[in-house]
Amino acid sequence: MDIASLSIDSIREGLLSRRFSAAELAADALRFAEAANPETGAYLRFSPERALASARRVDERIARGEDPGPLAGVPVAVKDVILTKGVTTTCGSKLLAGYVPPYDATAVVRMEEAGGVILGKTNCDEFAMGSSTENSAFGPVRNPVALDRVPGGSSGGSAAAVAQGTAVVALGSDTGGSIRQPASFCGVVGVTPTYGRVSRFGLTAFASSLDHIGPFARNVKDAATLLRAIAGRDVRDSTSAGVPVPDYAALPGGGVKGLKLGLPREYLKDLKSETGALISGGVDAFQRLGCEVREISLPSTDYAIACYYIIATAEASSNLARFDGVRYTSRSASSETLADMYRNSRGEGFGAECKRRIMLGTYVLSAGYYDAYYLKAQKARALIAGDFARAFEEVDAIVAPVSPFPAFKLGEKVDDPLAMYLSDIYTITGSLAGIPCMSVPCGKTAGGLPVGMQILATHFGEPVMFRVASAFEQAGGVN
Amino acid sequence: MSLSASAPATPEAIARYEPVIGLEVHVQLATATKIFCGCPTSFGAPPNTNVCPVCLGLPGALPVLSREAVELAVKAALALNCRVRPQSRFARKNYFYPDLPKGYQISMYDEPLAENGYVDIVLEGAPKRIGVTRVHMEDDAGKLLHEGFRDSEGCSYVDLNRSGTPLIEIVSEPDMRSSDEAYAYLTEVKQRLQFIGVSTCDMEKGHLRCDANVSVRLKGAERFGTRAEVKNLNSFRFLKLALDYEISRQVALIESGGQVEQETRLYNPDTGETAGMRGKEHAHDYRYFPEPDLLPLRIDEPWLDRLRAAMPELPARKRARFIEDYGLREYDAEVLTATRAGSEYFETVATVSGDPKSAAHWVMGDLMGLLKAEGKEISESPVSARHLGELVGLTAKGELSGKLAKEVFAKMSASGEAPGAIIEREGLKQISDSGALEKAVEDAIANSPKQVEQYKGGKTTVLNFLVGQVMRATRGQANVAVVTELFKRKLG
Ligand SMILES: [Zn+2]
Repeated sequence: MDIASLSIDSIREGLLSRRFSAAELAADALRFAEAANPETGAYLRFSPERALASARRVDERIARGEDPGPLAGVPVAVKDVILTKGVTTTCGSKLLAGYVPPYDATAVVRMEEAGGVILGKTNCDEFAMGSSTENSAFGPVRNPVALDRVPGGSSGGSAAAVAQGTAVVALGSDTGGSIRQPASFCGVVGVTPTYGRVSRFGLTAFASSLDHIGPFARNVKDAATLLRAIAGRDVRDSTSAGVPVPDYAALPGGGVKGLKLGLPREYLKDLKSETGALISGGVDAFQRLGCEVREISLPSTDYAIACYYIIATAEASSNLARFDGVRYTSRSASSETLADMYRNSRGEGFGAECKRRIMLGTYVLSAGYYDAYYLKAQKARALIAGDFARAFEEVDAIVAPVSPFPAFKLGEKVDDPLAMYLSDIYTITGSLAGIPCMSVPCGKTAGGLPVGMQILATHFGEPVMFRVASAFEQAGGVN
Repeated sequence: MSLSASAPATPEAIARYEPVIGLEVHVQLATATKIFCGCPTSFGAPPNTNVCPVCLGLPGALPVLSREAVELAVKAALALNCRVRPQSRFARKNYFYPDLPKGYQISMYDEPLAENGYVDIVLEGAPKRIGVTRVHMEDDAGKLLHEGFRDSEGCSYVDLNRSGTPLIEIVSEPDMRSSDEAYAYLTEVKQRLQFIGVSTCDMEKGHLRCDANVSVRLKGAERFGTRAEVKNLNSFRFLKLALDYEISRQVALIESGGQVEQETRLYNPDTGETAGMRGKEHAHDYRYFPEPDLLPLRIDEPWLDRLRAAMPELPARKRARFIEDYGLREYDAEVLTATRAGSEYFETVATVSGDPKSAAHWVMGDLMGLLKAEGKEISESPVSARHLGELVGLTAKGELSGKLAKEVFAKMSASGEAPGAIIEREGLKQISDSGALEKAVEDAIANSPKQVEQYKGGKTTVLNFLVGQVMRATRGQANVAVVTELFKRKLG
């Protein structure tokens, strides 16, 4: 079986025609993934028992003549910030090195109910903080497209697994671009749904008001199928939305002729590189498909980086407080006093990027600074959301770059966190607005590095977003 | 021995100063489950058994607000005459402590549940209004256990059963000017919250906790002095003692040329003193910010109206009504409205008997005496309110003498029977039939010639003696009024 080229549809067809069973597929997929993993390090660990148990359930359903579910037998990789009951979940942090959660994330439960088979947990930046997966306490992930390069981050392991073919689809999380940017770097599809579309229950929080769980896939339809399976209201997440979930994958393939697409002026002014040329090529492709592409303005974009790094770090400083060495996190062995225990456990446990963000976040929330930073950032966030709201009165979707550059070399940017932060500019605006956005492959550079096209839609506008992405994909992207 | 302890201030010095007191009262809401998860709030379960990922603060867990907790909190706010805000918002209060599993408490900050309330107190007959600044909701922390383990010398244990228990914090204005006023305010708040059933307010179980902000200023001064926050006031008595100590300490400090420091002080019930908490408490910057895991809490008018309609009558209102409708004395009305159960008991007795004044007399006298003797709450009374009402009704109609009624009451408290059944069985009915009493009256006249002589000579007080003879002869069943009338007729 050619594991690396499977899709949700081909698996379903194989299962229903009894060419293979889900258990056989799971075993093959695990063998293949375990063999291929050393190349990239996409997976931190595999969960064969759980995978085989899920696969057997699918086979039983098929044997009983029941519908085995929209994800029947599909091998899935899950980012290690998403909790899996009984399967170690580290968040890429030394602090949680041996942590075995007692419960499953809602997205995991729903994905398995739909027939999905979890092969294992994927590497990521520690607590999802980073853009290269180099901030993992368990070593970096290599980009399967170019092994000397990063897969992007923070969901680098999930993107790499899907690109490498060691998973058919994967779950990642996105706070400021952590799904779209690695999807772009690895040449796969990555979706950040509307905020509230997918329950966050069981997602280890980085920045609660910005965190999303979303899918990776090798094609738009698979991403849409996975999203549909995990989306919807969850009583355990007060911020999850009660908006009905349409069948994203079964949307009319009516093309995009006549759709109005917006191209944000502010995103293109500094984009003169090869990436810029590929994005322009993508825009031309949309025009060939009959879309009306017009330039739009998102004037508050300049505030986005500062706004994002204030809000995200403020929330992170509070969310990461529970990793204090008192209970499930590792405790420093050398502590005389309570204060020492906190200081040493956290000092020894957190990596440099987490510490940087905890300090930033603690600072911006401090007495006397709250109004100047946090409150102002919230106002800027409202302005950014307002920009999008106005734009969507004019256009059906927005197309934009994902990252200013393609995958960079391992170690190239680790000493320049600010440059790393600045590279998030195109993805964090959508995150701040809470709107659905995705990355879809948009050709490769001369050096063979993938570049993603970002497609953004209004709140709960996933159907139009998928329609645009699907038409773009079928037209062959740029090339 | 506290370092800051000094000689107490003289009464003369204290008299030159005016204390300014505000209270922060934490009240545990009487919900069946915790505020942000479905765990039970029951007291006394084995450590760390009433817990789940949410109240343990596990990674990925999210809070979901309990509707029941909101409703009780709103009722409390209404009982304290607060304006309930159409929108309030939870905020995170960040600090590290081993009993705080999330590393933050979910509380409310700049958008509390309710504001601008008040409570009226009466002190030595003089009414005074104490402002309630705000009422907000929050979750409780767990508990540290420092004792009772083999290795308690070297380490402490954490019990998170209490973690996530719903609390409200009631912040008063600095309107109180003496420990007595603070005592009266806390009493009134407690009584109201118990009345409407939002909390048991059991201080021993920590369901009601109180901190006080205390400062002093020279009488007539406009500006408030520097205040100290006094914590660990775990009973009404300690509240008063701690406040008096702290007032005296501050006056003595100022009189001796010192300055009150803005600090948190802990009351020590063993020494009766307050002592400054060193170090960490001072430096706290809680870094409040809106809780992103919860939506703003919106309480619309229809919801508020439903809760308002479901509010029982509050004690102050009830007191006024008891005085107005039942003609009770102020003191009696106060005693009878001290608890909701007591007031409801009284009202049943008053209604059933048709004689509210006698009902008050019986409830405050015989019934409360009985409960006290048996160490019981009124809710556990061996004599039901309906039965007592029947008994009081019989005496009011003259069918039972006061003396007999007391006998019947004693039997009722032993057996729990209705008075009618006891009277019937024991043949205790009052004899009012003058025909039946005539013989006894004539016997008494025949047996007491000396007294009859005296009566006829104008000494009418001997009538009591003669009536007493008849009562003895009838084992107390004779109707005194009828007997008296018969004597007057026969001797007149
Ligand atoms: Zn719980």
